[in-house]
Amino acid sequence: MTAATAATIEAAPARRPRALHQHVYWLLILPSVVLMAAFYLYPLVKVLWISVTEPSLGLDNYERLFTSASVQRMLTVTLRISLITTGVSMVLAYIVAYVMVHSSERVQRWMIFFVLVPFWISVLVRAFAWVTLLRGEGIVNNLLIGAGFLAEPLALVRNELGVIIGMIHYMVPFAILPLYANMRGIDQRLVAASRGLGATPIQAFLRVFLPLSLPGIVGAGVLVFIFSTGFYVTPAILGGGKVFMIAEYIAVQINETLRWGLGTMLASTLMIFVFVLMAVLGRFVNLKRLFGAG
Amino acid sequence: MTIDRRFGVMPALAWMVLSFLVLPLVVVFPVSLTDTRFLSLPQEGLSLRHWINLFTSEAWLRSIWQSVVIAVSSTAIAVVAGTLCAVGCWRITSKLSEAVRTLMLVPIIIPTIIYALGLYKFYVDLRLLGSYTGVIAAHAVTGVPYVVITVSASLANFDPRLEQAARNLGANLGQTIRMVILPNIMPGILSGAIFAFVHSWDELIVVLFIASRTIFTLPRMMWNGIQENLDPTIAVVAVALILMTLILLSAELALRARRARLGTGTT
Repeated sequence: MTAATAATIEAAPARRPRALHQHVYWLLILPSVVLMAAFYLYPLVKVLWISVTEPSLGLDNYERLFTSASVQRMLTVTLRISLITTGVSMVLAYIVAYVMVHSSERVQRWMIFFVLVPFWISVLVRAFAWVTLLRGEGIVNNLLIGAGFLAEPLALVRNELGVIIGMIHYMVPFAILPLYANMRGIDQRLVAASRGLGATPIQAFLRVFLPLSLPGIVGAGVLVFIFSTGFYVTPAILGGGKVFMIAEYIAVQINETLRWGLGTMLASTLMIFVFVLMAVLGRFVNLKRLFGAG
Repeated sequence: MTIDRRFGVMPALAWMVLSFLVLPLVVVFPVSLTDTRFLSLPQEGLSLRHWINLFTSEAWLRSIWQSVVIAVSSTAIAVVAGTLCAVGCWRITSKLSEAVRTLMLVPIIIPTIIYALGLYKFYVDLRLLGSYTGVIAAHAVTGVPYVVITVSASLANFDPRLEQAARNLGANLGQTIRMVILPNIMPGILSGAIFAFVHSWDELIVVLFIASRTIFTLPRMMWNGIQENLDPTIAVVAVALILMTLILLSAELALRARRARLGTGTT
């Protein structure tokens, strides 16, 4: 195809019409779009399709969202864990981002580095580190028992607490980066002006800085919530077969009980949920900028 | 600006949060040097036995090799396709190319489990389950968006008149891309390559679904180890992965600094 592209250009007269010029650039986009359509979008469509055809055509699978007690219990657990994770992560991330924009360049660079290190490290490694720390014979329990604070080990993993700790650890950097980007764009002179006009530091924060950081809060919050609801690795490892969030629940339907109808229905529901949230979010913030692509 | 007293306890809190992010990762370093057969801090003294185990075990070595082959191949595809796409989108400023760039965000947002189900069914039809081709294609496609994002960021700093000048002086599209555009956006391309590589290197969920019994990448070996016996060799792998990530992250930060310099330099 590149050969063909080159040939067209060689053959073209020196002054090419604008239309041809544009036409050539479309060829550059083509490989990615074709790859994406065949190897990404088509599989997603397949999931939607199976969810309404397996075992028979219709919305029977979706009925289980409203009738199956185990599905509803799992959805409640997923929502509860995701909401707690999002809430705590946002508070922690806001503190870090706020301090970052008010620190010297040098301190900021160090803080960014400490955010990026965990951000980049494999989710498996991170979940594994928490297992070594938190399990019954783990480092935290051994230290506490060795120091005489505890007689019995605390149950820190294989329950919702462990899952939430691991998830917050994963999500905080995801929340810090958009918040920090947003806060850097806030004109600090506005805060100074409000102080000059007699506002207390708390009023200046609540009435000036906080509202200006709202787009960052909404963007980061929705992003973290989306990532939380679809999270697989950390809940599976730290939940240890006791806590099932939707992603692991789907995997179990497919791998162990071979219930493709139920599995794809839940996957489709999650997909639609994510698209709706993104569409709503897209009305408030620039999505491409949120991902650094603006 | 430096931190001043107005912020009170806030800086202390911020550093506590950062410690919470980093310290749990530090714990795997001593654990990887444990002298016991189980996952714990060293008891009597430090030992390299689990490090030796990693580099002499045929299963672990094979999985490292498989991960390298898959990550390098899928990165190569993602970099070529993603760079071309970013250049195309940058030159065509229409609604449609905006749509293409938005489309590129989808794989980053959609939970991988959903994709893994569809891909599994798709690969049953194509007979690609358990094949290198299948895993490489999946990692390449999901890696493309990272390249598009980083290259687009580079292009945003690149003066389009340079490209027009080259074309007006008679360079064809291939020459323009090779001799004018590519050298200017190289830091962005390399950043994208690092992201795409790390993406494939760490990817677990797709592999769990489509790799059958033939492909055991490093993440899959770790996953099995964590589920089954919590062997300290996993701590060794974790340390090795952390060190590798630190090297790649430093490279990316250096490239980002360079990209920022290029951006201000050309205009």
